[in-house]
Amino acid sequence: MSQFFTVSVLVATLATAIKFAVPYLLAALGETIGQRSGVLNLGVDGTMLLGAFGGYYTVIQTGSHLQGILVGLGIGLAVGIVYAYVTVFLHAQQGISGIGIFLFGLGFSDLLFQELVGTPKPIRPLPTLDKLPGVGRIFEPLVDIDIVGPLLFDHNLMTYMAFLLVPATTWLLMKTTFGMNVRAVGENPQAADSLGVSVAKTRFIAILIGSSLAGIAGATLSLQLAIFQHNLTNGIGFIAVALVYFGAWRPRWVMAGALLYGLVTATRIRWQSLDIIPQGASDIAAMAPAIITILALVLLASRVRGPAALTRPFSRH
Amino acid sequence: MEHAPLLTMRNITKTFPGVLANDDVSFDVHAGEVHTLLGENGAGKSTLMKILFGLYQPDSGEIRLRGEVASITSPTSAIEQRVGMVHQHFMLVPTLTVAENVALGLPSNRGFRTDLDAVSERILEISEQYGLSVDPSIEIWKLSVGERQRVEIIKALYRDAELLVLDEPTAVLTPQEVDDLFIILRQMTANGTGIIFISHKLHEVLELSDRITVLRNGKVTGDTTPSETNRQQLAEMMVGREVKLAPDKPHVDLGLARLQLRDVSVKGDRGTMAVDGVSLDVHAGEIVGIAGVSGNGQRELAETIAGLRPAESGSSVTIDDADLTKAGPARTRAAGLAYVPEERMKDGAVGEFEVSENLLLINHGDPKFRRGPLFDFAKIREHCQRLVDQFSVKTPSLETPTSSLSGGNIQKLIMARELDSRPSVILAAQPTRGVDIGAAEYIHSELIEQRNVGVAILMISEDLDEVLGLADRIAVMFEGRIVTVIDREAATREALGLAMAGG
Repeated sequence: MSQFFTVSVLVATLATAIKFAVPYLLAALGETIGQRSGVLNLGVDGTMLLGAFGGYYTVIQTGSHLQGILVGLGIGLAVGIVYAYVTVFLHAQQGISGIGIFLFGLGFSDLLFQELVGTPKPIRPLPTLDKLPGVGRIFEPLVDIDIVGPLLFDHNLMTYMAFLLVPATTWLLMKTTFGMNVRAVGENPQAADSLGVSVAKTRFIAILIGSSLAGIAGATLSLQLAIFQHNLTNGIGFIAVALVYFGAWRPRWVMAGALLYGLVTATRIRWQSLDIIPQGASDIAAMAPAIITILALVLLASRVRGPAALTRPFSRH
Repeated sequence: MEHAPLLTMRNITKTFPGVLANDDVSFDVHAGEVHTLLGENGAGKSTLMKILFGLYQPDSGEIRLRGEVASITSPTSAIEQRVGMVHQHFMLVPTLTVAENVALGLPSNRGFRTDLDAVSERILEISEQYGLSVDPSIEIWKLSVGERQRVEIIKALYRDAELLVLDEPTAVLTPQEVDDLFIILRQMTANGTGIIFISHKLHEVLELSDRITVLRNGKVTGDTTPSETNRQQLAEMMVGREVKLAPDKPHVDLGLARLQLRDVSVKGDRGTMAVDGVSLDVHAGEIVGIAGVSGNGQRELAETIAGLRPAESGSSVTIDDADLTKAGPARTRAAGLAYVPEERMKDGAVGEFEVSENLLLINHGDPKFRRGPLFDFAKIREHCQRLVDQFSVKTPSLETPTSSLSGGNIQKLIMARELDSRPSVILAAQPTRGVDIGAAEYIHSELIEQRNVGVAILMISEDLDEVLGLADRIAVMFEGRIVTVIDREAATREALGLAMAGG
């Protein structure tokens, strides 16, 4: 245990935790916006898988990480249009249609992978900022600062994007007319409708933003790991949905949840490599993040009321 | 031509499959007047108002605003043409602030970003002008019902409404709040606003209106002013026959105390003490009315008596000397309680169930409805048909889904089921809320008949007229306590109103 409590190991663990938190955070922020409008999307994990494969395959073809992320966004947007059409205009049950999206994403991403790639091919991982042309020179000396360097400056661009999205999401929800409409249709769609706010349009856009972020989250995951395989996300999308509840639909608390999740995962991996967790117990240790999420949900989230119209389709009569 | 009316609805007809909702209705409102629309549920008031607000299109007839033919195709177009509506069920988002609720749906001065400071400033101007004091930065869920209604009125004034429809605005208010509301409405008419007031509380209608139009079965059956009419006449125009507004109550000698409450304390849903040390006896042959503004512990008290909510230790609930404090609903009913709950569709009946199934809800286990392990459907039909006939529940058949009946008929169905159990105590919460005059009259006479044969009745009601008309003694509840118990003869509306406000 003592070898864990050294400055360098602790700092490295924290830095890993921040990196791990990124896909959770991107997906959960998107889901926060969707849920605030009253729509639960259980298909996040499937959307992430499709985005992950799309991003990975694009990097194989073009070598461009930026294009990989954009393809992830585009795939998320496309899946979002389908999901929004089904739930907003056809009034489908959200729980069931979300599971449909998940199963489709799980199967179709694997099918595409088998057909188009076959055997896993590693790609060039997302470079950290100090490796980027141009800005790299600014960040190179920063990375070498003790403790702060590896913690704050040894990350890729998507990590910064994800954390900047936290205040941006709060701003969107709390300070814009669109955000106000989102909160209103998630809470009392009849009231919003009576004042001429289009419930359908507001929810449609909120779902598209959420699903796009899920696509980006998937692409970020595969580009960070520099690989794709069957069920790459391994439930990250579902955890992201849980984090929205954990974070009581507030971006800051959702971020705290994502970081906690990243920290538990990073600690587990570190402890395994340091043999703090015995070999035979690794499967049990792998459950730790899930158990902590459940405990946190039971203890914290049940006290906060969510959007009153969450999962309820809206029609005038 | 002198001033054209603010609103003219001429020869409006609207049919729905099988129903003539509005039959050649004409109605107008001048600037600066309160024109009341009076009628029972289903008389066509809300259809007419939905047409005015753009939710329905009339089959024939025309609407003119300020003399010009108007086409109102949606709520948004109604608002644009300066028609405002305060819905009976408030159209507010509880988690948003007052300013956000007011700004919702309107373009912002700052484009994509909200401009709540400017909105708040204008709200304060409006509040000052009309005496509608409210803090723009507070969330709606923190406001009282009266304050929420003010926000609804501000919403309409903010959109420059010249014509304001108020759909049963007093249903949820205390007598004091009603007085405040009327002062505000008079201020608005003095400034030239035209008001359409929808209500079935006759003394309020007489107090506030300049003109009164009565609807029945989709037709205008009366067009009058308060100085030309009275409560009795209005009620008869609404119902179309003679009605008894004050039911006859013969003298009955009091019997023993059948329902006894001693130091009953109950926690509410939020864990705070909702009922705080209530002691009350209800004797055979009397109706005790509990008056009070909703949310002062009446619901929790009723649920505790019915065995649905645990009481704190030290409390005691007995019926005919049987201790039922911890009994639960089945034993409480077996001990002789009939319960007519406040929310008839949530706690009183199952909407998707057939009429006959709801009639059997409390006694389907009775051996007389069984043949071996199976239901004896012939017996059940006979039993249910008898109840439906006896309590004149208007239903197409015993198999009709209960939710498709009117509120009054559902309430009669619940009364039929509960009274058939030959109770010793009846607990009736808001027995005629949202029920039309005919059904209310029937329910009242049924309660009095039960009283006359020695049943003890505890009636909880927010409707002071109902309490004054029925009760032998009146207890006023405020913040979980019974603040006063007055004999009916000694009770005045003013004294009760004061006690209900905690004074």
